[in-house]
Amino acid sequence: MTQIVAILIIPLVAALVLAALPWHRFAAWLNALASFSTFLAASSLLYARPEATILLFIDDFNVYLVVLTTFVAFTTSWFSASYIEHEVEIKRLTPASLRFYHAMYQVLTFAMLLALVANNIGLMWVGVEAATLTTVVMVGLYRTRESLEAAWKYFILGSVGIALALFGTMLVYLAAQSVMGEGVEALAWTGLQARAASFDPALLNLAFVFLLVGYGTKVGLAPLHAWLPDAHAEGPTPISAVLSGLLLNVALYALLRYKMILAGNEGAITPGPLMLAMGTSSLLLAGLMLYRRRDIKRMFAYSSIEHMGIIAFTFGIGGPLANFAGLLHMALHSLTKSAIFFAVGHISQVKGSQKLADMGGLTTSHPALGWGFVLGVLSIAGLPPMGLFMSEFLVVTSAMARQPWLAVPLVAGLALAFGALVLRLQQVAFGAPRGQSAPISASLVPLYLHLGMVFVAGLWLPRPLVVWFQNVASLLGG
Amino acid sequence: MIGRIEFDIAHALSASVLLLSFALLYQRRVSGVIEAFALQAVAVAAAAAWQAFTQDAPHLYITALIALLFKAMVIPIALSRIVRKLGMHKTIETVLGVNLALLAGVGLVALSILLVFPATSVAAVLTRENLALALSIVLLGLLMMITRRNAVTQVIGFMSLENGLVLAAVGVKGMPLVVEMSIAFSVLIAFLVFGMFIFRIRERFDTLDLQYLEAFRGDHQSERS
Repeated sequence: MTQIVAILIIPLVAALVLAALPWHRFAAWLNALASFSTFLAASSLLYARPEATILLFIDDFNVYLVVLTTFVAFTTSWFSASYIEHEVEIKRLTPASLRFYHAMYQVLTFAMLLALVANNIGLMWVGVEAATLTTVVMVGLYRTRESLEAAWKYFILGSVGIALALFGTMLVYLAAQSVMGEGVEALAWTGLQARAASFDPALLNLAFVFLLVGYGTKVGLAPLHAWLPDAHAEGPTPISAVLSGLLLNVALYALLRYKMILAGNEGAITPGPLMLAMGTSSLLLAGLMLYRRRDIKRMFAYSSIEHMGIIAFTFGIGGPLANFAGLLHMALHSLTKSAIFFAVGHISQVKGSQKLADMGGLTTSHPALGWGFVLGVLSIAGLPPMGLFMSEFLVVTSAMARQPWLAVPLVAGLALAFGALVLRLQQVAFGAPRGQSAPISASLVPLYLHLGMVFVAGLWLPRPLVVWFQNVASLLGG
Repeated sequence: MIGRIEFDIAHALSASVLLLSFALLYQRRVSGVIEAFALQAVAVAAAAAWQAFTQDAPHLYITALIALLFKAMVIPIALSRIVRKLGMHKTIETVLGVNLALLAGVGLVALSILLVFPATSVAAVLTRENLALALSIVLLGLLMMITRRNAVTQVIGFMSLENGLVLAAVGVKGMPLVVEMSIAFSVLIAFLVFGMFIFRIRERFDTLDLQYLEAFRGDHQSERS
């Protein structure tokens, strides 16, 4: 129990301390240190798993997401420490707003972890809401017209999403209440999952529609994705990395938990076709949209929509193999996309612009950064031997096995995105150097650390991870 | 079930919240929208207080009090100040005409009854009808957010959507965390209104009409600048 409490308390205390600290250089490293301690506390969950309580719990599903979240939060805070200093130097940010930024970073970590470890559907909802609010203020951090507009749009759409998710949550409680009685027990995941078979299926179906639309907005599934590219493009780059790498996963986790409940009830609809439809539309739409992007961060935001589409599609197919592929893809996309945003952050600082037209020949002018970027983009495009090739290969195979025609839109979407990414990659990374070219002082370790892990995952997965994935995949149903 | 005075009063209060949702849809002036919303918040507070009384659940009085003080008083006063300070348009641009919006509203109420009634056959009658009313209010709130172009009315649309959620929550007997939920939502709404203040102070927006916000779609803005 103390371990779970520790991963929640450390970020909260760190947020309070960082809100009070006036020295921003020191605060940036303290932020990284706090994130590292949270990561250490989370890693201990791998060895000893605490008993579930009525409010908090750890099981095969959320344990890897908790460790992944704390790990990426740590590496992002490391990247942020070297990135954000530059933003103060060029006067895009003031030391005061930086203090706010660091405190909010820890609050965001807290909120995401709360949503992940909550054994209570109400508490999980509160975690997602709090994470939304903190990211809204972070997106508006630069106080430019564009960033405020992006924050407003994100706020309105995100609020509607979580309001609908709450209605769905209440319906699930209503379904559980007639079986499990009134009180907090009827909100606990552990109880809900054990008794799911006896719930009223019609009520569960209705609830799932609201949950899908509500949390689906937060996942960024088309046609509810409108907030996502703006929020990614206008906020500070470390926040884009956390948004894409972690927050989308947290919302998806919430959705999948509910899918497990539906899978445990015979009379309920299979959510598969709904998720397939939303996944396919996200994949194809984002694939097409990738071609017209002029802003590098916006482009990778669309790539996140594409990958969330792939993941939703995968869980929509269902069955042990596809579910396994989906879980793997969630983890690998998180690592790869945050690595790409680290590279993009350094690139836009080097070039003094986010526009693709201002970039070129990075492998010549900044070899380490340029090749890191190339590796990241090739990995996200799904080339072997990187890990995402593995998971995408599994997705395509399981789609073929289930319904051969399902593989057609999937492969088309993957090919579309691949083409767009390679096109842009050539422009940014190769050819004669273009645009302004400042030297980088930033640390590239987080970038290569993530890429190294994705590379290893393409060749070999640790045994316990495979066992967890298999257990969860069987619970997620068809 | 029929004829018991508790149910009749609970239904009457929920139905008056729904009626005020329709009132929100046909207002053409910003001040009218704000007044209608304040009235709706009073009705929600009354509904919550009545449920607290009949269910013998004293914590619901807190929810009622939050609705009464925060949503019926503080928020409407703050919003009227914003409207006056910003010299916003007194009339509201609508995407749909008022008649069409009302018609769509009736359709949504029918839809939510059709959705909820078959799904909740096992639940108590009171819960079931309350849930259908609450869902109609949620959907009408969404409709208002879609059909109104003005940021203040969008925020009010969101708050009336949230009134529907509160109504659903207090109607489900023994629902835990209702109070916590209404506090969480108050925080959210406070953020929204506070955000509008921020926009005004920074003077980044010439107007709060979201039509202008929509200039910012895709990359167009960054391409121009």
